Parts: sequence; structure tokens; C-alpha cells
Amino acid sequence: MTTMTYREALRSAMRDALERDPRVFLMGEDVGLYGGAFAVSHGLIEEFGPERVRDTPLSESTFVGAGIGAALNGMRPIVEVMTVNFSMLAMDQVLNNAATLRYMSGGQFHVPLVVRMATGGGRQLGAQHSHSLEGWYAHIPGIRVLAPATVADARGMLLAALEQLDPVFIFEHATLYPMEGDIDEQAGAADIDHAAVRRAGKDVTLVTYGGSLGKTLEAAATLAEEGIEAEVIDLRTLRPLDMATVLESVARTHHAVIIDEAWRTGSLAAEVSAQIMERAFNELDWPVQRVCAAEVPAPYAKHMEDATLPQAAQIVRAVQEMFA
Amino acid sequence: MSARTARDATPPVEREHALALLEAMLRIRRFEEKCAELYQAGKIRGFLHLYIGEEAVAVGAMQAIATDDAVVSTYREHGHALVRGVPAERLMAELFGKANGCSRGRGGSMHFFDAERRFYGGYAIVGGGLPIAVGLALADKMRGDARVTACFFGEGAAAEGEFHEALNLAVLWRLPVLFLCENNLYAMGTALERSESETSIAEKAESYRLTAESIDGMDVLAVEAATRRAVEAVRSGNGPYFLEFRTYRFRGHSMADPELYRQKAEVEEWKQRDPIAAFETRLRAAGVLDDGDMARVEHAVASFVDAAVAAAEAGPWEPVEDLLTYLTSETP
Repeated sequence: MTTMTYREALRSAMRDALERDPRVFLMGEDVGLYGGAFAVSHGLIEEFGPERVRDTPLSESTFVGAGIGAALNGMRPIVEVMTVNFSMLAMDQVLNNAATLRYMSGGQFHVPLVVRMATGGGRQLGAQHSHSLEGWYAHIPGIRVLAPATVADARGMLLAALEQLDPVFIFEHATLYPMEGDIDEQAGAADIDHAAVRRAGKDVTLVTYGGSLGKTLEAAATLAEEGIEAEVIDLRTLRPLDMATVLESVARTHHAVIIDEAWRTGSLAAEVSAQIMERAFNELDWPVQRVCAAEVPAPYAKHMEDATLPQAAQIVRAVQEMFA
Repeated sequence: MSARTARDATPPVEREHALALLEAMLRIRRFEEKCAELYQAGKIRGFLHLYIGEEAVAVGAMQAIATDDAVVSTYREHGHALVRGVPAERLMAELFGKANGCSRGRGGSMHFFDAERRFYGGYAIVGGGLPIAVGLALADKMRGDARVTACFFGEGAAAEGEFHEALNLAVLWRLPVLFLCENNLYAMGTALERSESETSIAEKAESYRLTAESIDGMDVLAVEAATRRAVEAVRSGNGPYFLEFRTYRFRGHSMADPELYRQKAEVEEWKQRDPIAAFETRLRAAGVLDDGDMARVEHAVASFVDAAVAAAEAGPWEPVEDLLTYLTSETP
């Protein structure tokens, strides 16, 4: 076991993959000489050279599309898109090509592409650098969507993504990059089919992922002081959803709150909520609750941004209302 | 500054090759005339974008593209797929939506695929295939494979951001991409001069510092000659090459097009330059084609089309229980 940051865990996964597999290469904006906008790829260009760590022009659609083309032609590209808001420029390639080619070709082609990007708010970056749009990706059949919330998952899920034959999109919450955690550096690919129970509890199921996991665990600790034992589920994989783990928990706790940093309307939180209603309605003692972002473009000022994002106190309140 | 415009006379053509070119163009023409008929009969549905009038481009260009090279195409790709050698039976079956179609009924007219022939598909979002071609070529270059990726697109793509991004990146990284622009003067119903501030697509391309030529796309031999020198340049490691073929679509954009945006006289004028009739006339004048040859070619093409229709008719429907099959590697 060793201690490293989330950022270093991602880098160690990429370094291992680059060392091990000549088909793997990294490309994206400023991943090379600059070292990555979030310093994730810092040093990799010195180690592996500019052929395998490629700085691209500001052409999101084309470098994501080129990742698809290279994947179709036998490579295992890792494409870094600086942030999820920028990835909107590549949405044509994501939705119309990456997600469709296998199906549309009757199974003749597959697209083993890994795309990584930063997501989420909390850094006072305003309305074009702070949103959580991974739920939009999770809407799309044909791709896999991952949201590592721990240091171990940052490494293990990226290694697992590189073993997939289908396109995988990894959402790294930008506030997690400096987070430290213990990790087995020799550990290989992580399980990417199942959610993880991060805290066991019998009274209420708190379902979350990514950047909201910390706040949710914090809320669970507060609730424990009041005698409410919350179970915290980290979804980890946003598509396909592991609903079995969620439903099994709800069958024991009979209460569920979903915490999702995205906007509430049409969200992943709505999907999880709907599935609980469809599949475990009779288990519920209380309507499923959601704690989501306020429906505004992310504001700059700290007090206003804090008010838009789900906070531990809100999660605590949502649970308290169920047991009042 | 001006892009090179090839006006020079094309080299003399030997008889066997000439007949092969003629037959290949006629195969596309007759295949698609049959498609139009079957569309009216309700056998083919959805969008059907016919290539009629533009046959010299696909046939001429594909002569220079090796079997190991890759081809990326558009939603108007019947011609490209046919000349590439995707069996006509599988193409027609795809148009019928049958399980023996080249995309197992999941693609349709706009989405033909054939992995074995490195036919990477019809892309129906204009410009969307160019980044894919860049990536295919990148993989070849990184591995050191001397293969070329040929990417067809229409002049409408020049208005898309991906056109500019893809050309820029291909030149920047010296990738083996052959950009093949089929300039048929209309992006659906919008004429070139109504959508582009610079109407020479080749000159637009040249600003990215690659060799670009504008070629008469109604002359199969000119197309072939230009593509041969372009492929040679790309294969020798000089980076991408750009060819603009000036051509014309004789039919509407799709089957539902009342053609309100262009004059009948203009269409008639272009039909006078029909690439097949023009080539036939030229071969007759050169004494390498007679009535007997023509009858034999037409007969062979008719059998070719009939066989395709028969296979499509006879093909089975994909079981609806297999709806999810091929979505991901977990639903193989």
C-alpha cells in the first residue's frame, strides 16, 4: 500500500498502460509539454515521447473523432478532453459515431476508445467550466460511463476501461485531483460492473457518485450522531447502472435519497429514482428524495456557487425530514 | 494563389481497362435506377440519396485505392461501396432492411459497412467522417503501415468545422489521408455560392498547406489519373492530399426532393456531360468500343442488378429478439 493523489493514480494507470501496450497512446489539449490542464499527464511526454503523448490543436470534435478512427484501426487511444463543457464540441463524434458504429455496422467494427475528462463544480469557475453533464452521456446506449470517486478507482477503473472493446467515458470530478488515498500500486483493473457500498447502514440508502461521495459520507457521519445509520452507495459506473446493489439496499432500509451534482430535471438522479419506484415501490416507507444542483448556470461567487451545489447539510436535512 | 486545375488531356486508355471502367459506372447507374424503382414500390424506405451523375468520381478514384487502404464515405455511398467490391447482394439486402445486408439491417442506405474490405462506413452527419479518417490514418502512421485512408465527402462539408479541424490536423501530423471532395454544387438545396464565401474548395483546402487540385469529376480518366498521383504522394509519406472533383447530381438530394432550388435548364446542361455517355462516346470515337461490346456490358450489368435484387428478396429478416445484438461487446 502506498499513498498518492487521485491525479497520480490516473497518471500511474496511464504510465502502466503506455509501458505495457504499444497500442496505447494519449492525446488531447496540452497533455504533453504543459503536462495536462490538471497535471494528470505531467512528465509522460518526457517518458514516452511526443508520438505517444500528443498535444492536439483546440479541435475537440476532430481529436475525439481521430480517437475513434485510431481505435477502429487497432489502437487503444486515451483521449483527454479538458472539461466536460468543452466536450460538447465533440458530441457529434461521441453520439453519432463512437456510440453507433458497432451497432450500425451489424457488429463488424468496435471502438475501444477511452475518453477522460474533468467534470463538476466547486472551484468558482463560472458557467462554462463547472457543470456535471455525465448524465447526458449516461443517456447514450453503446458507451460505458465511469465516475471514479476514490484514488484506487481512479487507477483501477482507467485500467479496466483500457480492457474494454467499447468506448468508455471517464468523468473525473475536478475537486478530487489533489485528494490523497491509499492504493495498491500493483493492483490491476478494477471491477467496473458494480456499485460499491462505501458505508454500511440500515436506516436509509444514500446513492451518489464522483465528487458528491465525500459530502455524502460527511452527511452520513452527522446522521450517525443522531442515531440514523445511512448506507452510502457509490454508483461508480453510470452506464450501465448497477441497480441490483441499490435495490438490495433499499429493500433493507426502505428509504432512499439520491445525491447528484447535476441539475435535477431529466437527470441521472431521476433515472435512479424512477427505477427504484418501478422495481421496489412496495419496499418504500417514504418517497424517494433527490439532492441535486440548483437549476441555474453555475455562478462565480463562492457563496452563490456553494448554494447551487448539493452540500452535506442539505443531505442531512433531506434524511431528517424522512424520520421527523 | 490558385489551386492546380488539371485540364491536360488524359492518357490513352487500353480497351480492357476502358470496358471495366464503363461497366463499373453502369453498375452504379443501373443499381440505383433499380433502387429508385424499388423505393416507389415500397421495398426500400427511409432516405435514399442517389449518386446518379457522379459515377465517374467513385469509379475513377477507386482504381487508385489499394485493397489494403481504407475508405470512409458519406450518406451518398452506394457508388463507393459498389466499386469497393462490397457485394451488391449485401448492399441491396441492406436497403431492404434484411439480415443478409452489409449492416444486418441496422444501417440502411446511409450506413453501409464492410470490415473485410476496409469500408469504414457511410457517415450521415456532414463532415463527421473526416475526423474518423484522420484517426484511421494516424493508427497506420504510428504503426508504420504504408496504407492510405481515402475519405469521400461533399462540398457541403467545407462549411463544417470538422473539415477545417481535420485538414489542419492531418497536415500538422503529416497523416496519410486522401481527401476526396465531391463538389456537386449543392449542399442538399443550398447552392455553393449561397453558402461559401470562397467557392473554390481546393483553394480553401490549400490554405492548410497541402497540395490540392480541382479535377473534372465528369471525366473518369481524369479522376483516375489525378487520384493515382495523389495516392502515390500520400503513400510516399508526404502527408495528406486534397482532390476536389467538380461533378453534379442528376437526381434530387433524396427521393423526397421537389428541386425548387435549381433550374431544370441547369440540370439538362449537366446531363449533356453525363459521365457514362461521354465516356462511351469517347471510346467509340477511339474505336475501342462497338455496339456489340455495349450490349454485352449492359447485359452483364442487368444480370448483376437482378442477382442483387433476388438476394435481397430472398434474404431473411433479422429476428426482432436480436434488437440489442451488436450494441456492445457484451451483446455480441
